[in-house]
Amino acid sequence: MTTRARFVLMAAGIAGLAALLVWGTGGLQPFGHGQSKYAAYLNANAVHQRHATNVVSAVTFDYRGFDTLGEEFILFAAVMGVTLLLRSQLDERDDAPRDRAEGRRAVDTSDAVRVAALGLIGPSVLLGLYVVAHGTITPGGGFQGGVVLAAAPLLLYLSGRYLLLKSVHPMHALDLTEGTGAGGFTVVALTGAAVGSAVMANFIGKGQMGSVFSGGTLPVFNVLVGLEVAAGLTLVLYEFLEQTLVVRRS
Amino acid sequence: MSHVAYWLTVWLFAVGLYGVVTSRNYVHMIMCLSVVQSSTYVLILEVGYRHGSTAPIFLDVPVGTPAVDPVVQSLVLTDVVVGVVVGALLLSLALQAHKRTGTLDPHDLRTLVG
Repeated sequence: MTTRARFVLMAAGIAGLAALLVWGTGGLQPFGHGQSKYAAYLNANAVHQRHATNVVSAVTFDYRGFDTLGEEFILFAAVMGVTLLLRSQLDERDDAPRDRAEGRRAVDTSDAVRVAALGLIGPSVLLGLYVVAHGTITPGGGFQGGVVLAAAPLLLYLSGRYLLLKSVHPMHALDLTEGTGAGGFTVVALTGAAVGSAVMANFIGKGQMGSVFSGGTLPVFNVLVGLEVAAGLTLVLYEFLEQTLVVRRS
Repeated sequence: MSHVAYWLTVWLFAVGLYGVVTSRNYVHMIMCLSVVQSSTYVLILEVGYRHGSTAPIFLDVPVGTPAVDPVVQSLVLTDVVVGVVVGALLLSLALQAHKRTGTLDPHDLRTLVG
């Protein structure tokens, strides 16, 4: 296709899109007024129905749990895709891992960065676990906590030692954790169908409102998603580091 | 004035789209795509916003306190995390394309090589 033909095609598409955007945006309700009936219903009833004071968590893992099951597998498939795309190609070989990229001047990590990064590892793990565990009652949950947890290996790398990171995070443990997260999520979701009324039905006792174990299946899903997100993000980080530091063109 | 907040997201979308269309580097293009994606997050959070409301967390405040829409927040929080990993998938495609052809310019990568 010539450049001119592509330009005409794009101009037509953008004109159509602009018309739709102006029409659609003009038709929205005024900002900050009104609310959907679904939102009003959830805000009024979710706390008593699910014993979860964080309604967002109740929506994510219960009322709209089926959507999250889908999102969960998009995440899983994307991480698998990264792993698959970044494996060693036919014309490449794995070199002995080293702490610097080939053909680049290595700058030593300063002591300040090293100390700050090492000092933040413990707090970020603790914060991540806290956010995952309290997802049902206060802001947070598996997705958010998982990202905070994944910051720990990144900080370990920032503190200056790839080889140390490699010894702390063997690939098998990460694969296993990610699989446990995704597989466990599916098993708990299907158990809802087997013993309850539907896939992702909340079949565990609701517990004392405001306690860490309230909300039935919600804390279980939070932990499983936390495992998957933390392991998935770490795997992605690891794959990209390997590309720079291990994989060489033979 | 009541629609200014929505037009902001249209602007964000347009800026990102302009970047995607005119980009001469795949890494830059993927960043622009994430700007487009972020505009949708801002839009659906705005649709759920309500003046004088609090977060839909009823630990310290009683049920019945005006709160914003929890459904849109749930949609955005899952997608923010998933979006990051999908971005990584796109970046790894760009990385392999660069390894094979030595360029990241979409104009130089027109023909499909088997």
